[in-house]
Amino acid sequence: MSDSAAFLSDYLAASLRLSVPLAFAALGGLFSERSGVLNIGLEGMLLTGAFVSAATVFYTGSVWVAILAALIVGGLVGLLHAYLCVTLRVDQLVSGLAINLSAAGLTAFLSRLVFNSKTSQPLQGLDAIAIPGLSQIPIVGSLFFNQDPLVYLLLLLVPLITYLLFKTSLGLTLRAVGEYPRAAETAGVSVLFVRYLSVMLSGCLASLGGAYLVLVHVKFFMEDISAGKGFIALAALIFGRWHPISTVLACVLFGATEALQLRIQAFGLNIPYQFLVMLPYVIALFALIGLAGKSTPPAALGIPYVKESLDD
Amino acid sequence: MRDGETAYLRLEGITKRFGNFVANDSINLKVNAGSIHGLLGENGAGKTTLMNILCGLYQPEAGQIYLHDRAVQITSPKVAIAQGIGMIHQHFMLVPQLTVIENIILGSPLTLRLNLKQKSREILVMSERYGLSIDPLAKVGDLPVGTQQRVEILKALYRQAKVLILDEPTAVLTPPEVQGFFKVLRQLAAANHTILFISHKLDEILSLCDHITVLRRGRVVGTTIAHNSTRQDLARLMVGRDVLFHLEKAAQSSDHIVLEVQNLQVRDDRHLNAVQNVSFTLKAGEILGVAGVDGNGQRELADAIAGLRPATAGELILNGQLITRWTMQQRIKRLKIGYIPEDRQKMGLILRFSIARNLILKGFQQLPFCRNGWLQRGAIAHHATQAIQSFDIRATSGKLRVSQLSGGNQQKVVLARELSGDPSLIVAMQPTRGLDVGATEYVQQALLTERQRGAAILYISTELEEIMMMSDRIAVLYEGRFVAILDAATATVEQLGLLMAGSPAGRLSP
Ligand SMILES: Nc1ncnc2c1ncn2[C@@H]1O[C@H](COP(=O)(O)OP(=O)(O)OP(=O)(O)O)[C@@H](O)[C@H]1O
Ligand SMILES: [Mg+2]
Repeated sequence: MSDSAAFLSDYLAASLRLSVPLAFAALGGLFSERSGVLNIGLEGMLLTGAFVSAATVFYTGSVWVAILAALIVGGLVGLLHAYLCVTLRVDQLVSGLAINLSAAGLTAFLSRLVFNSKTSQPLQGLDAIAIPGLSQIPIVGSLFFNQDPLVYLLLLLVPLITYLLFKTSLGLTLRAVGEYPRAAETAGVSVLFVRYLSVMLSGCLASLGGAYLVLVHVKFFMEDISAGKGFIALAALIFGRWHPISTVLACVLFGATEALQLRIQAFGLNIPYQFLVMLPYVIALFALIGLAGKSTPPAALGIPYVKESLDD
Repeated sequence: MRDGETAYLRLEGITKRFGNFVANDSINLKVNAGSIHGLLGENGAGKTTLMNILCGLYQPEAGQIYLHDRAVQITSPKVAIAQGIGMIHQHFMLVPQLTVIENIILGSPLTLRLNLKQKSREILVMSERYGLSIDPLAKVGDLPVGTQQRVEILKALYRQAKVLILDEPTAVLTPPEVQGFFKVLRQLAAANHTILFISHKLDEILSLCDHITVLRRGRVVGTTIAHNSTRQDLARLMVGRDVLFHLEKAAQSSDHIVLEVQNLQVRDDRHLNAVQNVSFTLKAGEILGVAGVDGNGQRELADAIAGLRPATAGELILNGQLITRWTMQQRIKRLKIGYIPEDRQKMGLILRFSIARNLILKGFQQLPFCRNGWLQRGAIAHHATQAIQSFDIRATSGKLRVSQLSGGNQQKVVLARELSGDPSLIVAMQPTRGLDVGATEYVQQALLTERQRGAAILYISTELEEIMMMSDRIAVLYEGRFVAILDAATATVEQLGLLMAGSPAGRLSP
């Protein structure tokens, strides 16, 4: 293989690796926001998932138990967000912010207890499974068919969620609740139930993104390992107009920018690295500016639903 | 109601409170199978509340509902649907972003395959059977209100509703649409559906319903048989006094021209010309009625004159000043224009604000409500108290949220704000939509008082009778143009109807 081909496949692989956590988190955000609940807590949920999976695999040595633990704890964080936003009707931004801050503090504290700073030996990770035949195709083969199960899961989730959202009654209910909850209620839908379910699912998916980060990508845990990925995922969700396919594509764009940025750093060009680190965020910012006014969020996004109220 | 006949739907002692306020006070009601039962009452009498209890949205504090002599507990809309109760709400319960078919099947049992194509075919068959034509794949938000209503009815029928509740269904329909709609309702009643019909239009209720129940302040004040009643009887039962159906007004005399509009052209939201080449003058103390079927440029005309929408061509001259290019801020500061917008809930008011704050929306940057950037609580509260008194707004205090008021009282808040400071020009668009006879009379009297004072009034409405009653001259708007300007004293309903439908026949007569 020539040098440039190797560089290309290497770059594409890195792009994918960096996109996966974003994509899980963004798909999580999609469920929550499609049901009308703002979720800036994605960052905290992702971080929680990363820590829980790291700690679990550290103690049990089983990646599968770690993934299960991340799913459960992520769901619980989602439940907390749902309880605060849906039942107590706390400001949804405040609730998300609280989740982010608590997650950052708690995981930093607990990680010192669990890993007591000295152990920098890599954690056990999730291995790639090559799909016979398909993985032999040049470039594309190793990119898509020689991956770990979480990537396969993601590739499966995108069409699945798209189908769920637009072709099943569950998806229809979800969209209606996010646009006009009162109308959904008069049609016999339980708005509370739908929102609880969606926000919990949101926590599970974002948490899975964190698990991927730890179990596949870096194989260790450190404070603030999420590093704003939850927020980038949120930007991707807006840029992708709350549609699963375009949202994941937006994640890939942001992931590819991050990979590019890392490569430029490696070349040792005379650009201060801080500027390069900013690149994905700047791209996200420009993407959102370009989209201003064209992307319409679910109409009831951020508005708590009150039964027997006249306020809408 | 005749004895021996068993009622299909029976309410006993239904009571509903919101805080200390009793919206429904031990209400008894019986409705026969296959009949159309009218429900009348002032704004805020509790009609919608009662119906919301029937369809499971509200839970009553006391009382019992019987369906076919069987006691039922309607604990949620889901239960109501299962019991065969369908409601078409005053404010439609359709998700604008979804398609017609999606709205219709929303809430039906879980499936992993929606199969929209096949369901569309089913709906099409159903819509033909009832003569309610629709396009199942259209987005609801793009449809005119008349069509949205058909979707609402189909939605209820799709769930096999035996009891249909219609909360002011005709408020948004044009006269020909109303006739078609009544035909459908009679057909449904003949097919043994039981229909509860709410309206403020007494003529409609009288011609459509078999029995009529009148509510006042949360109580039933009477049930009558429709063909034994008159408009006057019903109005008296409703408001507890006689209501004037004919207004007296003195002749218009001033020669002072307040507003001059020349070749006005305005675009709508889709950048199409909605108003074209409209010219007219309006004198002090004169009411120019603008008749027309909804959607012929009324909104754009009103917005342009009020300054909310730019004129793409033509001129507006107010009291001798050319104001076409003035900004909204300039207009509010230096002109006196009162604007009563078509949709009081979306444009006229901020529902989550208190009455007092809604009253100062136009003047909150100026004395006496604001000094050096600080809002003056005392002055604002005082202003609210005065307005509540002089406009007879039924509210305990100015601190009450506007969303808690009945439609009529909301409209009075808009009037109180827009008529304050003696405006020289008033643009009133559908000012009585959704209001009861008492409130309608009130609004019309208030505008006539302004006319007497010397205000020039542009009165835009789709109700022909109202236009005829209020106006000095009548302009007919058709596809964005004034096709005729007639003298109200000699114009006839038939002639106006023809002009509104775009037929040139009406234009020949004077
Ligand atoms: N959810 C609620 N919370 C508080 N007050 C309410 C609520 N719903 C209704 N009310 C009050 O109850 C009264 C009855 O309201 P309702 O909407 O039933 O009147 P209505 O007869 O339908 O009037 P309209 O003809 O204007 O539609 C009003 O004073 C209203 O402000
Ligand atoms: Mg009502």
